[in-house]
Amino acid sequence: MAITHQNPGLIGRKIGMMTVFDASGRARGVTVIEVTGNRITQIRTQDRDGYEAVQVGAPGKRNRINKPEQGHLRKSETESLSELREFRILGSDSFELGQEIGADQFESGTYVNVTGVTKGRGFAGGVRRWNFRGGPKTHGQSDRHRAPGSIGAGTTPGRVWKGQKMAGHMGNRRRTSLNLLVVYSDPERQLIFVQGAVPGPRNGTVIIAQGRRNPLLDYDPPVFNFDQLVEGDIESDLPSDEIDQVEESVVTEADDVVLEDAIEESVVTEADDVVLEDAIEEPSDPSIKEDSV
Amino acid sequence: MTMSVDLREFVQQPNPDFPSFSAGDNVRVQLRVVEGTRERLQPFEGVVIRIKNGPAGNFTVRRLSSGIGVERTIPFNSPRLEAIEVTRKGRVRRSRLYYLRGRTGRAARIKEARR
Repeated sequence: MAITHQNPGLIGRKIGMMTVFDASGRARGVTVIEVTGNRITQIRTQDRDGYEAVQVGAPGKRNRINKPEQGHLRKSETESLSELREFRILGSDSFELGQEIGADQFESGTYVNVTGVTKGRGFAGGVRRWNFRGGPKTHGQSDRHRAPGSIGAGTTPGRVWKGQKMAGHMGNRRRTSLNLLVVYSDPERQLIFVQGAVPGPRNGTVIIAQGRRNPLLDYDPPVFNFDQLVEGDIESDLPSDEIDQVEESVVTEADDVVLEDAIEESVVTEADDVVLEDAIEEPSDPSIKEDSV
Repeated sequence: MTMSVDLREFVQQPNPDFPSFSAGDNVRVQLRVVEGTRERLQPFEGVVIRIKNGPAGNFTVRRLSSGIGVERTIPFNSPRLEAIEVTRKGRVRRSRLYYLRGRTGRAARIKEARR
């Protein structure tokens, strides 16, 4: 794989998940990852090593660092880092030993790959591991409720196919979620908000690396009101034509419209229209602008 | 990595001016809707049939729109939610008014709360 980017990844800690509204009003489920204390611990160059990469270290869960590791870290004056990971990049000479890197590596609206070790599920049956349906719950069944059923044909082929889905160990494997949107990047607090789920438990160590997708062109990162900002404090300096552009990028609304169960799909549009009609009676206010409520 | 991070800090708080209301109340909410390049307010008025509290709380408003029941679930924290106005306090004895779904007209009435 050709390495085309110059952006080393980060080692982080999964904090947990929450919901965040971006500036267009769209709700996004995000995983928050803390990336404090990342430093460059080694630089690999074409001349010396035959390839370009940087090694990144971060304080990890392991609290014992053995002597050889201590010696290695002393060179970059980054003792006490216990998680090390190499990232192949272009232009590794633009980094220096001991340099601090952090959440500003990945800006809001870009895509990242996140690697972690999935939660271990132990020896799991077919229902949990492969979503088998299990057997009938009733009609005289006994001992068949979560049974896997047939695992193959008879005399021909006379054996079980390789790769047949069966019970076995599940989880506790290294897995990567590809191309997750960076919903918000907070260099001040060293937090990265990534859309969707990320492998591993809370407090698990994860690796964030450059994703393959191109960054979103017009992405409105969420606005947080840490100090309970009073409405209207933020928007005033935006020229109105710029606001229009922002609005066009909206895809869906966060709010759901739930209709009566019994009504067919086709009615949905009808009901929506009705709501719109009702709404028109209310004079709309053209001065409404994007802001951060 | 011993520092703990409090995600509650990042919860986008709803407008503190929103009035408190409960299930059974009639409310009129103003929602920002985008039409083409324009943004305007769309009112939606109906009975609150459920409130979910917490950092990602929401509430569901039910109304009849030309004989068709329409429910909208609106997150309190949504930046699209512009205003909430309580138009009527209802007296109900449960917090989830799902029983209203099968009912229309007289059967779906809710008594007004005594102040």
